[in-house]
Amino acid sequence: RQELLKWNGWGYNDSKFIFNKKGQAEFTGKRYRLGGMVLPTFKEWIEKTFGASLEHKTTSRASLNVNDVPPSIVNEEFLQDLRATKISYSQDAEDRVFRAHGHCLHEIFVLREGMFKRIPDIVVWPVCHEDVVKIVELACKHNICIIPFGGGTSVSSALECPEEEKRTIVSLDTSQMNRILWIDEKNLTACVEAGIVGQDLEKQLAESGFCTGHEPDSMEFSSLGGWVATRASGMKKNIYGNIEDLVIHIKMVTPRGIVEKNCQVPRMSTGPDIHHFIMGSEGTLGVVTEVTIKIRPVPEYQKYGSVVFPNFERGVACLREVAKQRCAPASIRLVDNAQFQFGHALKPQVASIFTSFLDGLKKFYITKFKGFDPNILCVATLLFEGDREKVLQHEKQVYDIATKFGGLAAGEDNGQRGYMLTFVIAYIRDLGLDYYVIGESFETSVPWDRVLDLCRNVKERIVRECKERGVQFAPLSTCRVTQTYDAGACVYFYFAFNYRGISDPIHVYEQIERAAREEILANGGSLSHHHGVGKLRKHWMKESISDVGLGMLRSVKEYVDPNNIFGNKNLL
Amino acid sequence: TVAKQTTEWLDTVSHSLFVCSQQKELTSKKRDEFEDILEERRLSSDLRYAMKCYTPVIYKGLSPCKPNAIKNAVLQSEQVQYVIKQLAKEMGESPDIIQEEATEILDEMGHSMQLGAVRFFAFTLSKIFKRLFQRVCVNEEGMQRLQHAIQEHPVVLLPSHRSYVDFLMLSYLLYTYDLALPVIAAGIDFLGMKIVGELLRRAGAFFMRRSFGGNRLYWAVFAEYVKTMLRSGYAPIEFFLEGTRSRTAKTLTPKFGLLSIVMEPFFKREVFDTYLVPISISYERILEESLYAYELLGVPKPKESTSGLLKARRILSDNFGTIHIYVGQPVSLRTLASGRINRCPYNLVPRHLPQKPSEDIQEFVSDVAYKMELLQIENMVLSPWVLVAAVLLQNLPAMDLELLIEKTLWLKGLTQTFGGFIEWPGNLCAKKAVVSGLTLHPNIARLVDGCVVLNDKGVEDGAVGEIVFKRALAVLLCATYRNQLLNVFVRPSLVAVALQMTRSFRKEEVYSCFSFLRDVFSDEFIFFPGISLKDFEEGCFLLTKCDAIQTSQQEIYPTDKGSVIVSFLSAMFRPFVEGYQLIFRYLSKETKEAFTEKQFIPGVRNFVFQLLEKGNTQCYEALSSDMQKNALAALVQLGAVKKKKVSNGFAYSVNQEAVNKILDMF
Repeated sequence: RQELLKWNGWGYNDSKFIFNKKGQAEFTGKRYRLGGMVLPTFKEWIEKTFGASLEHKTTSRASLNVNDVPPSIVNEEFLQDLRATKISYSQDAEDRVFRAHGHCLHEIFVLREGMFKRIPDIVVWPVCHEDVVKIVELACKHNICIIPFGGGTSVSSALECPEEEKRTIVSLDTSQMNRILWIDEKNLTACVEAGIVGQDLEKQLAESGFCTGHEPDSMEFSSLGGWVATRASGMKKNIYGNIEDLVIHIKMVTPRGIVEKNCQVPRMSTGPDIHHFIMGSEGTLGVVTEVTIKIRPVPEYQKYGSVVFPNFERGVACLREVAKQRCAPASIRLVDNAQFQFGHALKPQVASIFTSFLDGLKKFYITKFKGFDPNILCVATLLFEGDREKVLQHEKQVYDIATKFGGLAAGEDNGQRGYMLTFVIAYIRDLGLDYYVIGESFETSVPWDRVLDLCRNVKERIVRECKERGVQFAPLSTCRVTQTYDAGACVYFYFAFNYRGISDPIHVYEQIERAAREEILANGGSLSHHHGVGKLRKHWMKESISDVGLGMLRSVKEYVDPNNIFGNKNLL
Repeated sequence: TVAKQTTEWLDTVSHSLFVCSQQKELTSKKRDEFEDILEERRLSSDLRYAMKCYTPVIYKGLSPCKPNAIKNAVLQSEQVQYVIKQLAKEMGESPDIIQEEATEILDEMGHSMQLGAVRFFAFTLSKIFKRLFQRVCVNEEGMQRLQHAIQEHPVVLLPSHRSYVDFLMLSYLLYTYDLALPVIAAGIDFLGMKIVGELLRRAGAFFMRRSFGGNRLYWAVFAEYVKTMLRSGYAPIEFFLEGTRSRTAKTLTPKFGLLSIVMEPFFKREVFDTYLVPISISYERILEESLYAYELLGVPKPKESTSGLLKARRILSDNFGTIHIYVGQPVSLRTLASGRINRCPYNLVPRHLPQKPSEDIQEFVSDVAYKMELLQIENMVLSPWVLVAAVLLQNLPAMDLELLIEKTLWLKGLTQTFGGFIEWPGNLCAKKAVVSGLTLHPNIARLVDGCVVLNDKGVEDGAVGEIVFKRALAVLLCATYRNQLLNVFVRPSLVAVALQMTRSFRKEEVYSCFSFLRDVFSDEFIFFPGISLKDFEEGCFLLTKCDAIQTSQQEIYPTDKGSVIVSFLSAMFRPFVEGYQLIFRYLSKETKEAFTEKQFIPGVRNFVFQLLEKGNTQCYEALSSDMQKNALAALVQLGAVKKKKVSNGFAYSVNQEAVNKILDMF
């Protein structure tokens, strides 16, 4: 799998945005619907939005310079013991660097232009629960630090090795523990090894006619164990629930031993749920090895949709009403105007004159006839799932609500493209990096009544901070509401800027992101909805959960892992 | 004491982050130039000016709406509805009745800004201002900064308050510069004036009752009304931090109620930021000067009435000199608050619930209020006459003109060293400036045979009591002008007073006396809360700067030539020291029982009056009810007087021993 993936960017080697010989943007590869398509307006959008130009290019070094990589220092006795277990391992530089990072901006930047100060000394590939038990025992015996590694898609600096760690660091890669152990059709559960990657899980379940329905944006690469460790959330949580709703049973190997329950039941009242110590523990307590997860029959019918609103305020009001009536489709997302324009820029060249004529007509209808200002309007994308009749009924209900808030149905196509973009958007950062544009996304959750204020203030804060810190071009500062709940919503921000003329762009970037997070907290938003805390957001943990709360978590850590074997220093 | 000083020092350091900007401004005095806006008015048609095309610069996020739409929004707001429901439940009334009450409150309160009324004012005020004033000078750069601010964020205008002219002038100014007209918090008393009240309402005034602490519905409606206008950026909000016109021309200690209301939308992040704009308006001659003096002496202020206004017409023939309006740098509330506010309380309660501000917040609001007043003071223009008045008051009843001129010039230099903002008209020589001041203020002093004499006509013939009253009137009038200097002088002067009082050169002792004086005078002058040591150091620094003192690690001593300055400075504040002594003496001897303010003022006035009649004191300023109230408040703060709420106001009871102790320290 390592061979298929980029070593210094997001996703598959063969999939990326490039500028072709004609200077037009194009997405390569055949994995995505956008693959092989030309995006005629994208270049102009980039130039207009960031003030970037194709002439100003930075290039990543072509491959890893093995000589820069910190040496692997592994205790010989540990190696002997490890060999005796027959578990495969590697001390190869590339293998170690690949597992030394997640996908934060600064991490990718280091890959392109520098080197990490500390990386794992050795990578091990257990193939089953028992292997993990043996590795953890050995680590305890030799006082070695373990950092579990799943899909490697962390965006919280969770995978970075603490620089001051003097012990040998073992990267425990769960990717070989990827089997579905059993499927229980009567109870609709499946027991799965934690290293399985999202898309494989869904593919394999689909063979038996089932799905989990858990689709985080990273599902092509992220793993079940990772979801548990970070309290992940999926796009279709409205039907299937977030990870905490999906999980029935967790088996975790800790330095104290194995933690699990005695039964696999829908709910139990046996004190605080131990699953909640594990979910969100971010690899600080042990390794999740097996998870029993809820499954559902694959839905009969899926339908995308989209709605245009005259402005963001009306859009949010509509989402709030949908949440209130508890009729949210599998997914409902609202993008602001800047992101609508962004999505528009990613529209591929149309195949026929007829479609382009139709597009023109649609645009005319919305902007002229309905009086929507193309620089203010915003779009909601929808995904319905279920049996056909119910979907159509459901669809009508949602569109009826939308109409009340001035929304206009804008077609299936726009909706579908919106969701497809979810997966390719992560590739865009790599393109930006080639042209002095750096960016990142971050998220939060917030009560309904503060959504608008939070969105406005955070975007404004970003713009101001950029100006104050000498960023010479106006940044892209945009947001979308990606999940609705009874009591609030999840909001996602995209933030990028052209860093030409700044000597230390990453530092500037981090300062701005920090300011943006401060702003989120001041506006009543959370530290994180689903990305987790890692090392990036530790600073705010005390404020987030109070001194006592932090103490409770610490005491669990102290009991479970007194010698800090799981020493990635996340969270606490 | 070392430990105490250390902790105090730490306090200072923790505060200094907040005041350091203030300090910086103090050392780098770069002020804008003034333009006379009346000049243009004297050249072109007032009618055309009043009918000009008025398309003001407005807030970027504003969707224009009518005054009535705002009232409706307020009435329907969650905030007001919540309180209505609560009250209905508590009182067992139907919400409709309470809603009705809220509507009435809103109708009484709300402005109904109309362009027609604005144009009417533009026309009549042009006429009136041209007759009353020689020049109305404005710093144009300030207006430009304000223009930017108005577009960017909601703006709160915080002018100083010396006269009713203040808010008329400010609206007139914004109209002249094509800026959005402010809505102005005005006292409900104006509504007593027929026609005028309604006219003001149409020009953007909204009316608040004087006290409504206990009335939850009123408070909710009022606060929401102000906040709705602020959040939407409907118009700049204007109010007076001092709460009322200062009768003494000395800045009054700030009121916090309205300020905390306009700050709340930022605390709750309903707006990204809010600009606070300190505005200093200074008058060469204050329209209401004699009214104030009478009022301070206990002749009650006439109720605002239209006929009273018409009677006041005769002042139209008088000359009131020049007005200076300095629009200060807009201060970003967000910048002030950064790192100071714990956000938790606002995140854990729905934002529409009425919430008592935490102590943190209250302290912050108070700090901001003081900071804004200090900024007002810093940019307040001082006319030559102010210097003349200060010199004259130390040389009563008469002074040789030449000496007066010489001293005035000397004081000008000193004032500038202390950072005072003097506008010396034209390049007038000192003599002309002094004489022109005398011409402008014939009611205060006049020139008799090369001598400047306080104008207390009728002193020779009349009963003793009448003589004292007349003299007091003249002194208080004159003091109104000297007072404008005091806040610029207070820090070095209190060091000077402390030096004389302690008769010691030990820094520690002088500081402890300074600190005591600062506490005693905390209602009299404007001090940023909690930075006594810093104030002391600033005072010492300024005295060193003008070579009045030298300091070492442990000691402070006046230089040879410095004794003139030190004695001048302490003489400048002597009326306050002596006045407070008299008032404290009254309290320690004459009052055995609990009393109300209504009893206290005539009591102490009689006491001082008798002393003056007997010639046992020369401190006429102790007759000022303003000083009397401040002195009482100081004792309350120092714990020597207990203040208790009773049915009709407050009752005070004196702790004789404590008052005597304070008296001893003087």
